[in-house]
Amino acid sequence: MKTLEKDLALRRRYRAERFMMGLVALGTLLAFLILFLVLAYALAQGVGALNLDFFLKDMRPPGESGGGLRQAIVGTLIVDGLGLLIALPFGLAAGVLLAEYPDHPVNPYLRLLSDTLNGMPAILFGLLAFVLIVKPMGGFSGLSGAFALGFLMIPILARSTEGVLSLVPKEIREAGLALGLPRWRVILSLVLPTARAGLITGVLLAFARAAGEAAPLLFTAFGSPLLELNPLKPMDTLPLRLFAFAISPYEDWHRQAWAAGLVLFGLITLTSLLARWASRRF
Amino acid sequence: MKRLYTHFGDRIFATLLLLLALGVAALALLMAYELYRGGSLALQRFGLLGFALGREWDPVVQKTFGAWPYILGTLIVSFSALLLSFFPALAAAIFAAEYAPRWLAQVINFLLDLMAAVPSVVYGLWGIFVLAPWIRDKVQLPFYMWAAEQAPWLVPILGVPTGYGLMTAVLILASMIIPYTAALARDAIALVPKEHREAAYALGATRWEVMRLAILPLARGGIIAGTFLALARAVGETMAVTMVIGNSHKLPYTLFGGAATMPSVIANEFTEAVEDLHLSALIAVGFLLFLVSMAVNFTAAYVLRRQERLVKGVL
Amino acid sequence: MRKAFFGILALASLALAQQTITLVGAGATFPYPLMAKYGDEYTRLTGGKVRINYQSIGSGGGIRQFLEQTVHFGASDAPLDDTRMKEVRDRFKTGALNIGYALGAVVPIYNLPGVREPLRFSGSVLANIYLGRIKTWNDPTLQELNPNVKLPPLPITVVHRSDGSGTTYVWADYLSKVSPEWAQKVGRGTSLQWPVGVGGKGNEGVAGVVKQTPGAIGYVEVTYAKQNNLSYGAVQNKAGRFIQADLPSIKAAANVPLPGDMRVSLTDTAAPDGYPIASFTYLLLYENLSVNKAVKSEAEARALVEFVKWVLTEGQKFNEPLTYGALSSVAQQRALALLSRVTYEGKPIGKEIVGR
Repeated sequence: MKTLEKDLALRRRYRAERFMMGLVALGTLLAFLILFLVLAYALAQGVGALNLDFFLKDMRPPGESGGGLRQAIVGTLIVDGLGLLIALPFGLAAGVLLAEYPDHPVNPYLRLLSDTLNGMPAILFGLLAFVLIVKPMGGFSGLSGAFALGFLMIPILARSTEGVLSLVPKEIREAGLALGLPRWRVILSLVLPTARAGLITGVLLAFARAAGEAAPLLFTAFGSPLLELNPLKPMDTLPLRLFAFAISPYEDWHRQAWAAGLVLFGLITLTSLLARWASRRF
Repeated sequence: MKRLYTHFGDRIFATLLLLLALGVAALALLMAYELYRGGSLALQRFGLLGFALGREWDPVVQKTFGAWPYILGTLIVSFSALLLSFFPALAAAIFAAEYAPRWLAQVINFLLDLMAAVPSVVYGLWGIFVLAPWIRDKVQLPFYMWAAEQAPWLVPILGVPTGYGLMTAVLILASMIIPYTAALARDAIALVPKEHREAAYALGATRWEVMRLAILPLARGGIIAGTFLALARAVGETMAVTMVIGNSHKLPYTLFGGAATMPSVIANEFTEAVEDLHLSALIAVGFLLFLVSMAVNFTAAYVLRRQERLVKGVL
Repeated sequence: MRKAFFGILALASLALAQQTITLVGAGATFPYPLMAKYGDEYTRLTGGKVRINYQSIGSGGGIRQFLEQTVHFGASDAPLDDTRMKEVRDRFKTGALNIGYALGAVVPIYNLPGVREPLRFSGSVLANIYLGRIKTWNDPTLQELNPNVKLPPLPITVVHRSDGSGTTYVWADYLSKVSPEWAQKVGRGTSLQWPVGVGGKGNEGVAGVVKQTPGAIGYVEVTYAKQNNLSYGAVQNKAGRFIQADLPSIKAAANVPLPGDMRVSLTDTAAPDGYPIASFTYLLLYENLSVNKAVKSEAEARALVEFVKWVLTEGQKFNEPLTYGALSSVAQQRALALLSRVTYEGKPIGKEIVGR
């Protein structure tokens, strides 16, 4: 009798185990369902719209077919690249300060403020760049877009730099200091090179994150139907153009929006893969 | 010379670092200040509370601005998305941390990274062309038609079956914030000391019982912190939501009908606000968004710090 | 050697950058297909020396960015009203010019699968739909106007603009004239407190939502309906006739006495063949271009005036293929007279270029 009860209890427990396992597997599938669907559609719809013109020609006026998104692709690289240049010194310095001078009195405040920035909605960086750059300069420009993206990248860089540097073994610093090197030489010539791979990964990931942003560029980079290389003029970027095309009624533009999505996704995946490769290679 | 190299070198280097780092701090303060200053015209006219709770956003006839429709929209959308995404995200974390073989766990981790990296305009694009039409034709229209005949009292709650609206926005957003909850939950589960699960297994517990009794209670803080981070993302998400939410600030909101959130109204109206007061009201919405995001992030950081201490205490 | 090469390259690119002028304009989405066409043709005509970057952000945006001086020219379907004209005069000590360059029509578009013939609307029915009084397509008042059409029992999805819009202004201006309730409750303006519906960004966005949504009704410039094969209805005018928007009916509506500053409302026209929801669409310029911070040099100012002159003269031939009315010769004279008032640093460049 007793064993039977025990048996039943055990069976019930196993049933619960199997049930929960199924539930967990199902939930996991559910979690990725929309991601799979988005990727599948982007591939199915985007590949058909991709051709050489897409990369080599500027966009056409509404209602006319053909053309490409050269201006947006080039614009993305310029605006995002400039943004990275703006963000690098600030982000790296904050990261180094946090990791290499752990007892610095400003650190608690710095970490707090940097984390605050990190959690801010991207569109607020656009508002800030509008107030700080667009209005005083008297016009929308690729540069103001670069500042908006730069602001966005700074806290990301600061955090990744701090994280990477804290992984560098203490012994390396101690060895340098024991040789009589000043601290700044130790950091520049020993610590940073040791952490090179991680630093590059962090930089690339920040770049990839900013490359997909449209919200901060709505009222900074503004958009342009023509290839523009002068960062003082309004510039186009892929996410910005994708947004405009997606809400439009033109079927040719819908096709190009899917293609833009695919290219954007490719750019970001490529950057992430590069980051992975860099973290192994260096 | 030697002194210059070591002593002053260190000083100069540290000062330089400090100056650049202070730039970062200044950026955060500047953001708060500029948003407050830009919004002060509207905030002074209506008062902070009056502005936040004002139900009318009327740039034409009465020229009154109240952010409540947008705050309410943001709250509904982000909390619903959080609720909807929580269990799938937790399941993915548990699966990756406990059930899956190593290679599969790596695949899941990769997918989580990927999910966070897909630009929000791409989610929005899919929402416009795939999800919204599907929801309208397969869910909303049949249900609406049924309700119109069988239960007319439901109709005002349902709203017009457009496809663009709260429902679609919540679904898209839920999927976008999964990686934030899942990644932190996974890390929290992985942080639970091995001895705990081994002890539980040794007592004859099944895998689920180990999870429920030994792991989840300890990982709770990390899971909660992850949901707060996901909430912060949801609150600030702009493009995907703007593209599918229908951009209507008419209260009361309905299940199928259009709505608007704080970021979506800024994206829609910012370049086009003609009146100074209107522009100021939009920046004031930005200021409120800043405050809400900050509160959510601080809570997440606080919970996470307590969790770290808890795990260390157990060790 | 290599250094010299790069030096020359840098110099060349600098020279190139100085030679090309990019004129930035922003505003109305109503004439966007036309503006984009102008820009494309004009860029080609000047061999790429003068390039036009027009961003369709909405007329509200056009007015705002014009006042913020972030653009060379603004564009709007609603002319600046008296208070704003005065604001420009007070702030910048110069006048603002509203230069009409094309005529357009706002049409009610809808997505009703299975309904082939164009629907008929009256002003009060449109007002009632947008006020949320008429909720389904088979409403008796709609059926009465369209006795031969089998209207489906679909709920009506009202689509309006989510951004500041001159199209909205024209639409609301018309509804205010035909519906006292609308005039009192909602009024006219570039962005409104909408009683019902979902918002789309720009004419593009509204057309996009309507195209995607069975049962939807929206309002857009007629070109958007034509380019995308969206059905659009005939609207009853003051004379009681149901008119579909086309070039003759748009031009008939514009057959009114034109004031010197071109600021005029064409809606609810008394002309028996006129389409009741027509409007001029305007370029906004400062009379004294030197006050505009976006205009950085005399060369830019001259290029701007040259471009506008081209739009008003040769460019007009691109209007009608895209269903925008070209200016009548009277209107063209008025517009050129306005343009000739433009000065830069005291130089009468407008007179000089227009007179040439």
